[in-house]
Amino acid sequence: MKKIATGNKAVAEAVKQAKPEVVAVYPITPQTEIVETIADYVTSGQLASRFIPVESEHSAMAACIGASITGVRTFTATSSHGLLYMHEMTNWAAGARLPIVMANVNRAIGPGWNIWAEHTDALQERDTGWLQVYVATVQEAYDATLMAFRIAEHNDVLLPVMINLDGFSLSHNMQPLDTVEPGDFIPPCHLPHAIDPKNPTSYGGLTGPNDHFRFRWDIERSMRDSVKVIEETQKEFAKRFGRSYGFTENYRCDDADVILIAMGTFGKEAEVAIDLLRKEGINAGSMRIRWFRPFPKLDLAGKEVVVIDRDYSFGSGGILAQEIVAQTKRDVYSVIAGLGGQEVTYDDLADFVRKRRIGEEFWFGVTGNV
Amino acid sequence: MKTIAEIPKEEYVKKCTSACAGCSSSLNLRYVTKAAGPDTVLIVPACCTSVIQGIYPHTAMNIPVYNIAFGAAAACASGMSNAFRQSGKKTNVIVYAGDGGTLDIGLQSMSGAFERGTDFLFICYDNEAYGNTGMQRSGGTPMGAHTTTTPTGKTEAKKDIDAIIVAHDPPYMATACSAYPLDLFKKVQKALTFRGPTFIHILSPCPPGWRYPTEKTIEIGKLAVKSGMWVLYEREYGKLTITAPSKAAMRNPIPLEDYLNPQGRFKGIDAKTVEILKQRIQKNLQRLAAEEAAP
Repeated sequence: MKKIATGNKAVAEAVKQAKPEVVAVYPITPQTEIVETIADYVTSGQLASRFIPVESEHSAMAACIGASITGVRTFTATSSHGLLYMHEMTNWAAGARLPIVMANVNRAIGPGWNIWAEHTDALQERDTGWLQVYVATVQEAYDATLMAFRIAEHNDVLLPVMINLDGFSLSHNMQPLDTVEPGDFIPPCHLPHAIDPKNPTSYGGLTGPNDHFRFRWDIERSMRDSVKVIEETQKEFAKRFGRSYGFTENYRCDDADVILIAMGTFGKEAEVAIDLLRKEGINAGSMRIRWFRPFPKLDLAGKEVVVIDRDYSFGSGGILAQEIVAQTKRDVYSVIAGLGGQEVTYDDLADFVRKRRIGEEFWFGVTGNV
Repeated sequence: MKTIAEIPKEEYVKKCTSACAGCSSSLNLRYVTKAAGPDTVLIVPACCTSVIQGIYPHTAMNIPVYNIAFGAAAACASGMSNAFRQSGKKTNVIVYAGDGGTLDIGLQSMSGAFERGTDFLFICYDNEAYGNTGMQRSGGTPMGAHTTTTPTGKTEAKKDIDAIIVAHDPPYMATACSAYPLDLFKKVQKALTFRGPTFIHILSPCPPGWRYPTEKTIEIGKLAVKSGMWVLYEREYGKLTITAPSKAAMRNPIPLEDYLNPQGRFKGIDAKTVEILKQRIQKNLQRLAAEEAAP
């Protein structure tokens, strides 16, 4: 069904169709519309879920953990400080192998208070064992949320999935949305280690080094196995509903000499910049990283690379650039731009390519040695 | 049920716990699980019971135990209880938390779960310090008690968590003590008959922490009640009933020193602090007696 929706509404719509038994959420700007919309679905009888209006994000994730271990489908949503506040429990969710699905509306971290887009919140969660996908359109927010349940609950994965959408520029912007009838695209949730009083066991008790090590490796093994599950799910989604997704979204990359890499809305806006550059005779292409965990295998042989990071690891560098440098063993032009919702136009993006200095780092908008 | 012999023989805590000798918490666990029966999940935040239950892949527990982060037990119970009820299951959801996981780091999530009317039982077994980490002060440590972080005795009073619980107006809340297992058993059974959040606060003497010989664990608990330092009661829809042993203690309490002196943690406590403790006991007993007598 064709409609118009914000990114937040698109996520909520997909959640309604996935029918989680338990939703535990706490409001935070710019995610609040997701909480409100789901609360409305539940109270109006459109969604037969238990809606738990928890008193904090730490409790939101703890409640999802408590619900998920009984074998039911769970969902939550957060942003920025909310995500950081639940950090202890995001680790617990992954370690406990619970297929919780969460939407995170990417937002900067204070102080000072800043409610606009930045990826540092989610990237501080990169080592927790969560799968992370970054979306760029309202349609993709919806599609990725539907797929997230199927991927997380797949018995070769059983890890939580985080759908990331940029605060305001995607969460609050209205775009066309074509909803589907998911049917059996998301099979019933089956958690092999669900709590069963008839078969009592202890979960997460005191664990010695050897077993702990094995459980850590199990997370990584499933993270690696998730690659084929993601591929299969995206293929099945394309077959059923006609929209194709990959680990990355590549635009005019095949014959390009220089590739502009970004995540989220910048990654989509880059396509406009690429068309502009092509008109100027610059052989550029863009690559939008969709899945950050598991991190995709990138083929950048023979290309120059410009990476835009809407995040930073102080004392080290742009986080996405670091991932790319570590994997491809090559120098890149690392651009730090868009922090805290900083305005970056497609012409600015094109400029990063035009004025690239491979091997260097550039902070957009910072003039002189401030 | 009138005698301890009538308590069910089924054991849900096997004889292979990692508890310290004389641990009263493992006694609590036995009677709590006997009262709750097999269709129960115990949610345990970081506390002594994280260790007592045994080391992976072994467990001493014969009901499901879900271990969770320190501050998260009641929130975890919120999710679990809602999930069970949504799936049409009546499984008891019981949080079994220490004083730290209740009075301190667990307070926010517990308050939230009570305010939301979560259908669960929250049990605080209170050994009045962070026992699992080697006896540091908690909000539950009484004034005058030595801990590793109050080496000269705590200067502040014990936090009145029961008053905080009462402020949430739960259908049922009670206090208990490991030295009175039949009373504990009956209160757990009763709590589980209510829908909504219920609370039981168990005083749990701790030989290594309170520094008394292991064989005195029951005796110390009884002295706490007999001196009025700990009061056994229950509140059903707000209506207070003081439990028999505490009624007797209110009529004729033993000297507080009889409770303090056998414990190394109160060694060297000054007369002024003892006097403050006595005044607080008296005030508390008067308050409870007046509340019970009120129409």
